[in-house]
Amino acid sequence: MTQLALVIDLNVCVGCHACVTSCKEWNTSGGAGTMGDQNPYGADPTGTFFNRVQTFEVGEFPNTETVHFPKSCLHCEEPPCVPVCPTGASYKRKEDGIVLVDYDKCIGCKYCSWACPYGARELDEQQRVMKKCTLCVDRIYDMTMAPEDRKPSCVKACPTSARLFGDVHDPASEVSVAIRESGGYALMPEWGTHPANHYLPRRKTRIKIHEDELERADNPLKVDRQLPKPAMAEPTLDDVTTW
Amino acid sequence: MIGTAEDHHSNPLKIALSKFKRDGGRFISINPVRTGYSAIADEWVPIRPGTDGALLLAIIHEIIATGLYDREFLVQYSNAGQLINVDESNDEFGFFVRTEVPTEEACYEPQDKLWWDRTTDRAVVTHQPGADPFLLGEFNLPDGTPVKPAFQLLHERVKEYTPEWAAQITGIPAETIRRLAHEMGVTARDQKIELPIAWTDSWGKEHDTVTGNPVAFHAMRGLAAHSNGFQTIRAMSILMSLLGTIDRPGGFRHKAPFPRPIPPCARTPNDPRAVQPNRPLDGMALGWPSDPDDLFVNPDGSPVRIDKAFSWEYPLSVHGLMHNAITNAWRGDPYRIDTLLIFMANMAWNSTMNAVEVRKMLNDKTEDGEYKIPFLVVCDAFHSEMTAFADLILPDTTYLERHDVMSMLDRPISEFDGPVDSVRVPILPPSGDCKPFQEVLIELGTRLKLPAFVTREGARKFRDYPDFIVNWESEPGSGIGFLAGWRGKGGEKSLRGEPNPNQWEMYRKNNCVFHYELPKSYQYMRNWNKGYLEWSQRNRVTRYAEPILIHLYSEVLQRFRAAAQGKGFSRKPPESLKKRVETYFDPLPFYYDPLEAQLTDKHKYPLAAVTQRPMAMYHSWDSQNAWLRQIHTHNYLYVNARTALRQGIADGDWIWVESQWGKVKCMARHSEAVEPGTVWTWNAIGKAAGAWNLTPDANESQKGFLLNHLISEELPDGGSRISNSDPITGQAAWYDVRVRISKVGAGETATGVQNTSPQFEPMKPYPGMKTRAAILAFFGGKSK
Amino acid sequence: MHPAFSVIFLTTLIGAAQGLFLALFTAQSYAAFKLLPQPDAHDFYGQGSVLALLLLAAGLGASFFHLGHPERAWRAASRWRTSWLSREVIVLPAFMGVVFLYGLAHWLDWHPVLTTLPGGLPVDPSAILGVAGTVLAFALFLCTAMIYACLKFLAEWHSPLTVANYILLGGASGFTLAAAFASHTAPELVGFLAGWAAILTAAGFVSRCASLYRNCRLKPKSTLRTAIGVKHPRIVQKTQGFMGGSFNTREFFHGKGVALLRSIKWFFLLAAFLLPLAMLAIGMQGGAGVLAMACLIQYLGLLAERWYFFAQANHPQNLYYQSIA
Ligand SMILES: Nc1nc2c(c(=O)[nH]1)N[C@H]1C(S)=C(S)[C@@H](COP(=O)(O)OP(=O)(O)OC[C@H]3O[C@@H](n4cnc5c(=O)[nH]c(N)nc54)[C@H](O)[C@@H]3O)O[C@H]1N2
Ligand SMILES: Nc1nc2c(c(=O)[nH]1)N[C@H]1C(S)=C(S)[C@@H](COP(=O)(O)OP(=O)(O)OC[C@H]3O[C@@H](n4cnc5c(=O)[nH]c(N)nc54)[C@H](O)[C@@H]3O)O[C@H]1N2
Ligand code: SF4
Ligand code: SF4
Ligand code: SF4
Ligand code: SF4
Ligand code: SF4
Ligand SMILES: [Mo]
Repeated sequence: MTQLALVIDLNVCVGCHACVTSCKEWNTSGGAGTMGDQNPYGADPTGTFFNRVQTFEVGEFPNTETVHFPKSCLHCEEPPCVPVCPTGASYKRKEDGIVLVDYDKCIGCKYCSWACPYGARELDEQQRVMKKCTLCVDRIYDMTMAPEDRKPSCVKACPTSARLFGDVHDPASEVSVAIRESGGYALMPEWGTHPANHYLPRRKTRIKIHEDELERADNPLKVDRQLPKPAMAEPTLDDVTTW
Repeated sequence: MIGTAEDHHSNPLKIALSKFKRDGGRFISINPVRTGYSAIADEWVPIRPGTDGALLLAIIHEIIATGLYDREFLVQYSNAGQLINVDESNDEFGFFVRTEVPTEEACYEPQDKLWWDRTTDRAVVTHQPGADPFLLGEFNLPDGTPVKPAFQLLHERVKEYTPEWAAQITGIPAETIRRLAHEMGVTARDQKIELPIAWTDSWGKEHDTVTGNPVAFHAMRGLAAHSNGFQTIRAMSILMSLLGTIDRPGGFRHKAPFPRPIPPCARTPNDPRAVQPNRPLDGMALGWPSDPDDLFVNPDGSPVRIDKAFSWEYPLSVHGLMHNAITNAWRGDPYRIDTLLIFMANMAWNSTMNAVEVRKMLNDKTEDGEYKIPFLVVCDAFHSEMTAFADLILPDTTYLERHDVMSMLDRPISEFDGPVDSVRVPILPPSGDCKPFQEVLIELGTRLKLPAFVTREGARKFRDYPDFIVNWESEPGSGIGFLAGWRGKGGEKSLRGEPNPNQWEMYRKNNCVFHYELPKSYQYMRNWNKGYLEWSQRNRVTRYAEPILIHLYSEVLQRFRAAAQGKGFSRKPPESLKKRVETYFDPLPFYYDPLEAQLTDKHKYPLAAVTQRPMAMYHSWDSQNAWLRQIHTHNYLYVNARTALRQGIADGDWIWVESQWGKVKCMARHSEAVEPGTVWTWNAIGKAAGAWNLTPDANESQKGFLLNHLISEELPDGGSRISNSDPITGQAAWYDVRVRISKVGAGETATGVQNTSPQFEPMKPYPGMKTRAAILAFFGGKSK
Repeated sequence: MHPAFSVIFLTTLIGAAQGLFLALFTAQSYAAFKLLPQPDAHDFYGQGSVLALLLLAAGLGASFFHLGHPERAWRAASRWRTSWLSREVIVLPAFMGVVFLYGLAHWLDWHPVLTTLPGGLPVDPSAILGVAGTVLAFALFLCTAMIYACLKFLAEWHSPLTVANYILLGGASGFTLAAAFASHTAPELVGFLAGWAAILTAAGFVSRCASLYRNCRLKPKSTLRTAIGVKHPRIVQKTQGFMGGSFNTREFFHGKGVALLRSIKWFFLLAAFLLPLAMLAIGMQGGAGVLAMACLIQYLGLLAERWYFFAQANHPQNLYYQSIA
């Protein structure tokens, strides 16, 4: 069974929002219609986005980590948003595990959004239906696209390649390897939703220098005679030892 | 990475950072603030703004003290071993001693300096086969002249710059500074990269491999935008050189057309007579003066240019001083102007310091009722704050609607492995009455019959901009033009060649990029790489193929200093600037407090205020994008939580931020990711009400603010005023401002409604501007 | 959560309607067993059913305002296997239908004896419809309550107390309404109905207090640590990634101050429970005005109660939407 998902590497995400805008660009232009913005050029502009990048500060100065945290629908394996939907507009695809909303069936009751602990769904104010990340289902299977383009829009746009895409059920896939080898984890595991999307934590490279590594025999200071040389006439053992 | 939040090649940088991290590189960020790139650093080293010079000098101190420098590299490829006259009574004091090598008057450094050879214990001409110079010590030439190697002088300079000394200035613990120095030094020494690439150096020595010391530095405006930036960056460059990481694998790599002679050959005019009506400027508009005689000054030493660039005030101002042009013109110092043309610069707002006052200057009148800046032409593509002041607006196209070149003649996008240039081709037709400004310039040049644009007979030479780009040559038949790719009649030549009528088409077919990959053996050690230098000479990238030694000790700076001390035959600075030039033109890097800090009571203004570019916004003009402005609708002042609480400022409180020059009201955001003595905000998010076709109540103007209101474009200097810039390069000191913060009192708003201060009268829409829809439903591509 | 008035009206109105119907049928059953005098069936049961139907229709109408696409509301019946909302959507009209028929039977005085129970009790269509309606009323309470109670990460709702509250508060308001209604149409039943209303109100008070007590001691299972997967005691959001608000900041935040929240709590405890109790005690002795007042005040109290029910629910998604910068 296939379960497509994103794996987001917090180790390299710099919070540039390229994934946010490229997601919107692709999805507002898709067959399913636009993602409207209200007050686009006025006070408090607001609109529908499938992907948001947030920033958290961890710890206290000077031991602070700034964490950029992109979040879209996690395509849960046990998606609580699906069974609650009264119309069946919310569904999870058997063939690839993508959780989708059928905009033609959705009545805009918002119940599914209540059922998502991650705040991943947004009601489009203009079309009045529930929307969320589609995993770019209209890209990844589009055979008219070049194979390297059959990836989610956000994945293609991410300059740090912090966003990986693949089948988390295939142990050999890039995403599974990354989860396994780089400590991938799921959000809010306490609810048993089993998000398919995973996050990779920060990893630190450190250097340990031992005292004896600092100075070596070929230290250039020695070449330039900087180490003090005693005067010839200073007493030495030569003057006192008999053997 | 030092003082970088975005940089110009920001996407390539992001790509590189992630590769670097994933390949196991250790990434250290030195920055008062931890956001963006710094967020993913393995170590964040918070530093007080403007103090990086102290940190770098202390690292140099430690590297030299522990012998962690790359001696071999310094000997061969820098002036570390070259002997300097240290006889203070001598006119030649501070200059390299030279042998009598006959040299032509040329723009390169002749190899006429001396080393003190270790084996023979006497002075020899540098790079003599078998010779190995002392880098340390003091010697006497046969004529008795006391001399020291440049490295010895550097060693003496950094003696007092101990980590403990730097710790007090930078706020970085001494042990951290020491550890950083050791990490750099040991990595450079022990983790050498060796590539099987054979090359020949300038002295004919063949090398089987290219080696590298994998420590790289990347610095940006966090260093440059301080008035001590030049000497700080000099310290950093010297540190890189000590570690032996110049144009080697794993280190700093050149991009074509660099390396070039130090300083490069281009010179500005050096005489007011170079500017004559109906004659082309005699010299380059921008350039690299290498001694006082290159300055663009009047006989009395006063500046010729309106921005005072290349004058004794800012001798090496290779970028000019845009940030002073309006103030100077307004004051009539050095002279009045009748027309000011502003192109693609929002100088009534975010690219000006002291925006409140500059906006007044733009409208100010003399006693007789004439505007001080009588005629103002603004070429802009958007409804910017600047356009509100224009007498004439030239509506430009955007980059999607026109041809553009990123030419080898002006900061190309080259890669480490060779020259790269690029073009834009229009993907949309121009809208409204827009015209590409390039076309306007060609038209103006032609109608004014400027020699470059008309034939000898006065006939038009270029149809339009694309035609100009293809057919213009630096001189008739030179084969050097704006674009380096697909030259020659059929596009068969690169870099040099006859104009190719199909050049645009060939660029377009190649993704608008031309990339010339150098042979591997020319890709490294290019300052001293015989093959590369000759290639560069053959292709007329450089005129000379002489090796380009790194200057640990800068004779160029010493020349200016000597002039200030009244020595030598060259021009002398005016009396009032002598002290300044003598102080700052130090041939060795040194640390000084930024100029504004020197003039500020730090108890009254205890905080440094800086800005950063948000990744999702380009300066002022992305707020007209409905998606981006949702990400940054307004800005806060980030304050370290402890600093804020000490003032009783809660997260989100309205505060006053005051500098000596101005006052703004805004909201505070607590942060743990900022050094306690620093406050910061995103650059250019705040807007003037009504600008950018936003409604006057848009958050950008009502909740957003511009830090520039607090920054002065000038500093008091004795009785007069001098630009708030680096005294050597004239680089604007955007990040020197010092502020204090306080909570806005309960009774300070009459209405109870808070908005940021200052506010300006809302800009009005221009005729023909449409009100925008309440809902935006953007659909890209063709809708069915 | 952001209290949506459509849902507040829906749940309070149909709750009262369900309670009213239960009150009607309780009275009918008591009367059948001769424990109460038989009221005028046409007036009391018939008009009572009309009243219940009106309330149900008003509730249903309000619910449409909650929908983005009310014209597709019919689709909501399709997922009854998994969705309590779908079940509600089925049960509500079914209940309305039964109430309608029940009312009709009384209205037309259509009481043919269909069968006789062992005790000799005759069973007419209204009795069968009454039983069916009772089952559906309880089913509807269950569905409505379970819509909230089944959301396990909304801890304030995820409790049997939610079901108990919906039943008891709906019941209380319905019985109070029935008592007030009876003072016009069947004065002989007022004491009985007001008594039950008081009992239910008191029970509702106990159960609602229990849920308040429970809720204030809840420890959120999700924290910023689990939300972003970083193990550190001090994590603070600096920006949610946008500044002008979004669906996520509008739908899940009440946006009101603690003080207002607290006063609403005291208001509903008084208005939904304590004042009606007192007034029911007075009204039991007869007094249509007092009972009408009790009814009105209790309904206002329940509006506040339902508002508070939403506002107090703290959705874990809010962890992700705390700050702008
Ligand atoms: N998205 C985006 N990209 C851009 C631009 C844009 O507007 N938007 N503008 C382009 C332009 S014109 C330029 S010039 C470049 C500029 O690119 P950068 O030089 O990266 O400029 P800033 O983003 O302002 O970041 C300056 C950094 O220096 C830090 N800093 C300030 N003072 C000091 C100091 O004394 N020491 C140290 N170590 N750090 C300090 C600040 O905290 C900040 O992180 O970006 C270019 N790229
Ligand atoms: N406080 C503070 N101030 C700063 C800085 C800082 O770090 N802090 N950084 C400084 C730096 S490094 C820079 S480079 C400046 C940048 O400041 P500016 O040079 O003012 O840059 P922008 O705001 O990007 O745009 C300038 C104008 O160009 C217009 N424009 C955009 N596209 C086109 C076009 O195609 N054609 C024409 N004709 N116009 C166009 C825009 O509408 C805008 O009015 O800001 C400086 N100001
Ligand atoms: S993240 Fe939310 S919307 Fe997406 S599948 Fe999981 S529960 Fe559903
Ligand atoms: S809003 Fe749409 S998708 Fe969500 S539960 Fe209601 S009908 Fe289903
Ligand atoms: S996968 Fe597609 S829809 Fe989902 S966040 Fe990425 S770009 Fe948006
Ligand atoms: S595009 Fe990549 S680096 Fe940028 S915010 Fe998104 S995930 Fe992070
Ligand atoms: S602004 Fe454009 S050119 Fe510059 S880095 Fe970003 S994508 Fe590349
Ligand atoms: Mo810049």
